[in-house]
Amino acid sequence: MNTLEEQIAHWREYVRRHRTIGSRDVAELEDHLRDQVGELTGAGLAGDEAFLIAVKRMGSLDSLSLEFAREHSDRLWKQLVMPAEGEHAGASRFELFVVVILALVAAIAIKTPPLFGHDFDNHEGFYGRNLGLFVLPVLTVYFAWKRQLGMITGGWLLLGFVAAGLFANAYPFAPHGDTEVLALLHLPIACWLLVGVAYVGGGWFASNGRMNFVRFTGELFIYYVLIALGGIVLTAITVMMFESVHVSPEWFVRGWMVPCGAMAAVIVGAWLVEAKKSVIENMAPVLTRLFTPLFTLVLLAFLATMLFTGHAIDMDRNLLIGFDLLLALVVGLVLYAASARDEHAPPGLFDALQFILVVSALLVDLLALAAIVSRISEFGFTPNRVAALGENLILLANLVGTAWCYGRFLRHRGSFAELERWQIAFLPIYSGWAALVVAVFPPLFKFA
Amino acid sequence: MELGKDLVAASATPLVLAILLEGDSYGYAIIKRVATLSGGHLQWTDGMLYPVLHRLERQKLVSTKWGTSDSGRRRKYYRITKSGRLQLDAQREQWRLVDETLRGLWFKAVKA
Repeated sequence: MNTLEEQIAHWREYVRRHRTIGSRDVAELEDHLRDQVGELTGAGLAGDEAFLIAVKRMGSLDSLSLEFAREHSDRLWKQLVMPAEGEHAGASRFELFVVVILALVAAIAIKTPPLFGHDFDNHEGFYGRNLGLFVLPVLTVYFAWKRQLGMITGGWLLLGFVAAGLFANAYPFAPHGDTEVLALLHLPIACWLLVGVAYVGGGWFASNGRMNFVRFTGELFIYYVLIALGGIVLTAITVMMFESVHVSPEWFVRGWMVPCGAMAAVIVGAWLVEAKKSVIENMAPVLTRLFTPLFTLVLLAFLATMLFTGHAIDMDRNLLIGFDLLLALVVGLVLYAASARDEHAPPGLFDALQFILVVSALLVDLLALAAIVSRISEFGFTPNRVAALGENLILLANLVGTAWCYGRFLRHRGSFAELERWQIAFLPIYSGWAALVVAVFPPLFKFA
Repeated sequence: MELGKDLVAASATPLVLAILLEGDSYGYAIIKRVATLSGGHLQWTDGMLYPVLHRLERQKLVSTKWGTSDSGRRRKYYRITKSGRLQLDAQREQWRLVDETLRGLWFKAVKA
């Protein structure tokens, strides 16, 4: 790969974040930029020189004024397109307005079922199954608005959410049954793909879009946890203060503050990730770097323990899902390390560490798989076991491919981009499997 | 010779429409065409052209279609619409009027 492609990718990424420019317009500008670069290189300029001049000729985008603050030299072009401080206050204030409205909509959405007799205490199952459906459509609307999504894509997304709503509510689940729990765990994962389609602005296959969505998912999670921590403090202080004057705020905290806050925080978090991207850009990768060695150690220690004691994994009901979570976490560590990595950098120590992590996760997964299979052959199929098995097979396939790509990369036989493509290709598979669990498992196992 | 900002802005719409009257085109080619036609004196920046094109699209004076370039990239093509042609006719009349008026004045000035 040449540096020109990389620079164009940086540029595209930067312009795409710009609120005034939709993804369609970016495609148009990129075509233009490439024409310009092509002509300049044809005239004898080097790729990076041509790129700088082409960006300069492109002028300040949408007549935003230039910002001449000097930055890192490989990001020189940024100075050519960066808007001056405060130029964009009007547009961002409007966005804030939209975000506040959407957060209110999400908060109100979770309070509407009680109007129809579905109060929280007596309809836990209903709330559990629909938890994602209160807020994810609103989040999708936010991105559809921001990315100026077309009617057709919007229609398909709507259809997806309607289908999700039908599957969550039309089935006659046995109360607290396994299939109901599985459905409520998997529905948000299936719906997250719909959010993703809106996030990438409909262009699912456009370069970088899906990796950006992966980044967004990680950053949103971090923001959400931070907001939740603040929320806990707020809740505790509210309770403490009102109880000191012998007024119980419980009905308000339990009935309004926590549910409405939890819903609205998703929208606000998404907006923060979008708006403050550059500030906290590196949060997920930093955590990844911190925890990759630690998880590698734990996995190795676990394998060593099993080896020396000779104990097999004793699979009880909860451990099944627990192991899947562990492996999903390893995939996440690889994914977020990949999302922040410069794909042209040569393999380093951290890559070797990641490789060890993947291989040890692979071994643990094989052991867990053996335990699941033996349990199934002993006690037969239950929805939980089949779901755990399916997830395990998907993660196994992912980890095998990851190990393969990493191995090639470490021996200088392949590029890091291969690994990235492999990981990205799995995104729809996760959601597809989750959709399958939601839609097919309940009738298959008679809604037990 | 450098054209004044106002004049560049005012002439943008008729120029784009007139170029599209020759046939469908896309942003980069339009800029090239303007540069060639003006003998290099009219150098539009790209940051200026696209807002103009998008405004014309919003006013329904041009329509757009995504196609592919020779090298297989996605490319947005612009086509003049019927109301675009009408608008161009109207603009042509206006420019002719300005042109005649100025000519009259300057011709007199030379004679005097």
